Amino acid sequence: MTQFRALRRVASILTTPREPEDFLNLVNPLSSARQLRGVVTKVVRETADSTTIHFRPGRGWNPHAAGQWARIGVEIDGVRQWRSYSLSAAVGHDPAITVTAIGYVSTALARDTKVGDILFLDTPQGDFVLPEHPRPLLMLTAGSGLTPVMSMIRTLVPRRPDADVVLVHSARTRDEALFHDELLELADQFPGLTVRHWFTREEGARRLDLSDVTDLETLCPDWRERAAYACGPTDFLDAATELWLHDGDDATHTNLTIERFAPVLLEGSGGEGGLLTFEKSDKEVEAGGDVPLLEAGEDCGVVMPSGCRMGICRSCLVPLVAGRVRDLRTGEVHGDEGELIQTCVNAAAGPVHLDI
Amino acid sequence: MTATTNRPTTTPREDAAAGVVQGTAPTTRPRKPVLAASGGPAKRPSAAAHLSDADVEQLGKELDALRDRIIATRGASDAAYIRRVIRVQRTLEVAGRATLLLSRKKTAFVAGTAMLSVAKILENMEIGHNVLHGQWDWMRDPDIHSTTWEWDFVTPAAAWKHTHNDLHHTWTNVLGKDKDVGYSILRMDEDQPWHPGNLGNPLYNMILAPFFEWGIAIYDLELEAVKDGEKSKEDLRKDLKAMGRKVVRQFTKDYAATPLAAVPFGSGKQALLGTFTANAIRNVWAHSVIFCGHFPDGVDTFTEEEIEGETRGDWYIRQMLGSANISGSKLMHLMTGNLSHQIEHHCFPDLPSNRYHEVAVEMREICQRYGLPYTTGPLPKQVYQAWAKVFRLALPNRPRPLPKTTTRAVNAPVPPRRSALPMVASVG
Repeated sequence: MTQFRALRRVASILTTPREPEDFLNLVNPLSSARQLRGVVTKVVRETADSTTIHFRPGRGWNPHAAGQWARIGVEIDGVRQWRSYSLSAAVGHDPAITVTAIGYVSTALARDTKVGDILFLDTPQGDFVLPEHPRPLLMLTAGSGLTPVMSMIRTLVPRRPDADVVLVHSARTRDEALFHDELLELADQFPGLTVRHWFTREEGARRLDLSDVTDLETLCPDWRERAAYACGPTDFLDAATELWLHDGDDATHTNLTIERFAPVLLEGSGGEGGLLTFEKSDKEVEAGGDVPLLEAGEDCGVVMPSGCRMGICRSCLVPLVAGRVRDLRTGEVHGDEGELIQTCVNAAAGPVHLDI
Repeated sequence: MTATTNRPTTTPREDAAAGVVQGTAPTTRPRKPVLAASGGPAKRPSAAAHLSDADVEQLGKELDALRDRIIATRGASDAAYIRRVIRVQRTLEVAGRATLLLSRKKTAFVAGTAMLSVAKILENMEIGHNVLHGQWDWMRDPDIHSTTWEWDFVTPAAAWKHTHNDLHHTWTNVLGKDKDVGYSILRMDEDQPWHPGNLGNPLYNMILAPFFEWGIAIYDLELEAVKDGEKSKEDLRKDLKAMGRKVVRQFTKDYAATPLAAVPFGSGKQALLGTFTANAIRNVWAHSVIFCGHFPDGVDTFTEEEIEGETRGDWYIRQMLGSANISGSKLMHLMTGNLSHQIEHHCFPDLPSNRYHEVAVEMREICQRYGLPYTTGPLPKQVYQAWAKVFRLALPNRPRPLPKTTTRAVNAPVPPRRSALPMVASVG
């Protein structure tokens, strides 16, 4: 490691102002000084519209804990797009994500990814992870919410003879249920795993009802004694939180750990402006839908980078933390987390947080 | 929106006189003009004098639409283009330096120097200049982004982005505002007052060409702005420091590390000569191309009065009248960083360079329809005209200069304002 660093420093004398990695990239597509990358090693079709993508990360990746997620970047139409995905592989294996074709980025990932493609990565994050000490577990998942839990099951069940896991998984049909056969095989092979599938379009044709304890008592009578992990759509998680809060005893409701996929987004449509927060400068201001972010910032005393003030020179770029902005030139409402915004020609479209 | 003057609200000199400590408060820089939403300047440039406010507004809309069309079709093939150019450039750079290790042999010297020169030209023009303009920011790739890019040029990218992207591209050819008109050392326009120091015009330019990157680096320090109090001494110190660090790194690479690596092969001296030559070739080439951008005959300059009340359409017109293209092959466009499409670049500085040839077709048609000149010519002709101007303006204006208000034949090639003087004009 030290040797590598010394070698890198010597090489950088010859590569300045570029980094040695920029040249290594000619032969190794994973090499980059600025952006962690991975190469796709295997693509497995799971169901009609979901795909598992295995990849080998380059230098700088930290091995994931079971249940963690990572930001994954992919280039669609020449533009880098980022989304967060839970890692579904067992700990100790190369990471994998399981993507269901819903939405622009996930659809492109699920449909178009090929072996050898390059993915852009951020290191694994999240505290939706297994408990430190062995405990009986209940996994409550719906749809693609199974992915982080799958990593936990794959990590825990085959390796720990004392594992005691009940999985309650809700999917629309058997064909749409992720990892269906693998789960049944694991349950067959290891006594530590019990799998309860709930198909909302098959048996009974109704959703798993978490508004009272009836369904849960049937599927897992000792649910109160278990550390529970829930992952799925927002309403599913809200119902689970409610249930654990009201129908558990005092000790129980702290037993539930949940993982939300949909971040709480600040959103607004164009034209009406919104509350503008300059995070580093610790300033807030209500800005109209026709006031450039640059002017709004300057008017409340934020030191904004600026240049031509007409949208050509890009001296004024500021990263967007959250929210949407409206391009005053085209009226287009846009804004992804981390996107660099030309503040001189964009106005707030709803609440906006800027990283300055 | 209304047109505003570009005077600073508080003049820094008064601040200094009032005892405000330099460096504690940021120095006031002149605010940018805000383009007028309608109307037009009191006096349009002569080449556009025949256009009504409505014509100019329509022209502005057409060009905005043209820009939108290109942006709507940016995509994977454009991204693949810039990555291909970068790959070729880096391969040439590695191959060039490696070959210079054996430059004791003449063929290796020539081949290595040639490869490194081409690599440096590509790096500077098609890649560096355009990446720093933010032409590829839309890809959101941190490896090819205006905010992260640093180039193989002594001036730090940040300093250049300010003087070039911001000042030059906003104030294109406005005398007194766009310091690119002569880079503060050359007299490049009849309307710049003559002084005896201008006799050195050709000499200065001859020295400038092979050391062009130094000219740019010094220019980016904005010494004039410091003198006028528009830029603080503190800022100058910071810029000097940043430039110093950059110079050390650049020198170490080209003039120490590369020759040292060649010493074991007995090629140290030749390798040093090779890197020096490559830098000089890149500098002369960049100098030539850039002088073709705004100095050939037919290119207009503007006064501050002429841009007062400028609308978006007028701004476009100023970019069109103030720039000149270079005609030539695909290779020529690549090697000039598509600055051969200077007119298109100045109207749309942040469109990907590989699309300018497409814009040029429509731009020509628009110029023709609106009766505006579209200045272009092959490289030797444009270089000759720029140099002729350098020589001509070394001397004071002739007694009866052609008045700027002369109406030109619409869309006809614009005649030079004065016939070229003999090349020996500056002697004595």
